[in-house]
Amino acid sequence: MAERHVRVESLVGLHSRPAAEFVKAAALAPMDVTIGRFADTPVNAKSILGVLALDARTGEQLKLCAEGDGAEEVLDSLVTLFTEPNA
Amino acid sequence: MREFLGTGVSPGVGVGPVRVMTGSVPVPPVEPFTGDRVAETARALAALEEVAQELESRATAAGGETHDVLAAQALMARDPDLAGEVTVGVSAGLSAARAVYESFGFYRELLGGAGAYISARVADLDDVRDRTVARLMAHEERGLPESGEPYVLITQDLAPADLALLDPAHCVAFVTEEGGPIGHTAILARAMGIPAIVACPGALEVPVGARVLADGASGRLIVDPEPAQIDKARAAEKARAEAVGSATGPGGTKDGHAVPLLANVGGPKDIASALEHGAEGVGLFRSEYLFLDEAVPPGEAEQIAAYRAVLEAFPRVVVRVLDAGADKPLSFLPPAGVEPNPALGERGLRLLRRHPDVLEGQLRALAKAAEGFPPDRLRVMAPMVTDAEEAKMFTDKCREAGIQQAGIMIEVPAAAVRAHDIAEEVDFFSLGTNDLAQYVFAVDRQVSSLTRLQDPWRPALLDLMAHAARAATDAGKGCGVCGEAAADPVMACVLAGLGVTSLSMSSPSLPLVRAALAAHTLAECQEAARAARAARTARDARAAARAALPALETLGL
Repeated sequence: MAERHVRVESLVGLHSRPAAEFVKAAALAPMDVTIGRFADTPVNAKSILGVLALDARTGEQLKLCAEGDGAEEVLDSLVTLFTEPNA
Repeated sequence: MREFLGTGVSPGVGVGPVRVMTGSVPVPPVEPFTGDRVAETARALAALEEVAQELESRATAAGGETHDVLAAQALMARDPDLAGEVTVGVSAGLSAARAVYESFGFYRELLGGAGAYISARVADLDDVRDRTVARLMAHEERGLPESGEPYVLITQDLAPADLALLDPAHCVAFVTEEGGPIGHTAILARAMGIPAIVACPGALEVPVGARVLADGASGRLIVDPEPAQIDKARAAEKARAEAVGSATGPGGTKDGHAVPLLANVGGPKDIASALEHGAEGVGLFRSEYLFLDEAVPPGEAEQIAAYRAVLEAFPRVVVRVLDAGADKPLSFLPPAGVEPNPALGERGLRLLRRHPDVLEGQLRALAKAAEGFPPDRLRVMAPMVTDAEEAKMFTDKCREAGIQQAGIMIEVPAAAVRAHDIAEEVDFFSLGTNDLAQYVFAVDRQVSSLTRLQDPWRPALLDLMAHAARAATDAGKGCGVCGEAAADPVMACVLAGLGVTSLSMSSPSLPLVRAALAAHTLAECQEAARAARAARTARDARAAARAALPALETLGL
């Protein structure tokens, strides 16, 4: 199981456009990808409704998980969505 | 002739016959589905995909901000978890329409329970649901009217996806019974330049085909307008545009009573707009906006750079220390625990008292940033102050840090009521009208169904503001206003009449307020304030104030 930790940098949290961009990117992955807070049950990263319901705010730490061939690469590319400024 | 009053959210005048949306979507009945469940599931998923494609093509055609809203809705229609719920529903014996309806209901509840920003997206979700259910029930989808001539659209609410299809050449204005000024619909209407009125109760009573005048600035919807009224509204629109273009210089009344006009800013990025609109200074620097994305308290050098940039641009700058909590959580300023009602919990100064190191660090950075400038250039104020004891604590900390001008925001009703006590402890007040209204009317700012109770024209709020302004005047201290109310040109005159000494607002609102003040004497503003306070309702207060301000007419207000 591959895992990455990210921090929500966007000023609007993981909402609106940042959420849509993230979900669209996650949907391209061949395997299941999840996102969530460390203590809670994660949600399907390919579900816009699940990601919106997370209501992740600016500055929050989140965990991304995926399993299988290419999981490391998939997560690496998703992480860049969080680190790019103005995302 | 009948007249309705709503909230004007996109200025401009539209005249034409009334048209309404076609079709309405029923709630699918709960009755067991006895046919082929596999085929029914496929039908449900196909309808969702069709809706997604329709929304996408509208998004592409619309572009801009509308594109983003509609593209996000298409993503909702294609949500794999939603599809899973729908499949489970049909397998359990529901019809496709009912399964879709219930699955959306599940997410509706989930999003409705999230923060204010997310729960405001529930309207977008409902729209996707209705479009899908309409298809599945072979029911006419809600749609825009056909019309051979330019028309005024009146509707319950208008989804962004429908708004995107509006052609300003055909739809000259629209009016909704529901909605509010911060909804997507209002924002997009402004972007598209279509005159619009929202939150206009009774508007749907106007019969289809009746000729109406919709004024997106004043929020007035007039049925069967006289030609003279139409001319007047159009002339007003023109006059307003001219007044905005010609009003320059420092803020003040016709007879020379100065009322400095200041800008609300979130950081150095807002300086250009403030200067462009003629701000004389900054009346509210929301310092928390600089640090919303920080996990640790911001470093001193970083803070000093941001403060200096603003201090260099203006001769007077009021910085509000970090106002975190409630709807603006900062991760480095956590409250003590989960709060059942964050608006009444640890926020503003209350939260900073729990983290004195953060407050002291910010005050130190502010004092260093102000070095070399005249002593009254920097003024610092605290949010959410309840009494004189808290005010003194804050002033003491400012003095220790070397800050000369320390003030507080008046947002808690108790602070307004006992403003004379607090005036002895501080150098100035700033009335935060949005929160003061929230607390005095006991109405959560995020509950849109209660916006009618949030009206700043309600005489109870006018009385409280008058009381606080009086206490400041008696103590020889300044009393500004930095809430939304200051941006209303009519209210701005009333506030000046109440004894408010400066007005701070979002920069684009400055020119019209400047024009309204410059057209009236201080005595007229005082009379407007007196007349407004003598009224018993918000509507009467506004009308009374307008009647006392003769030049509003010539400004097209």
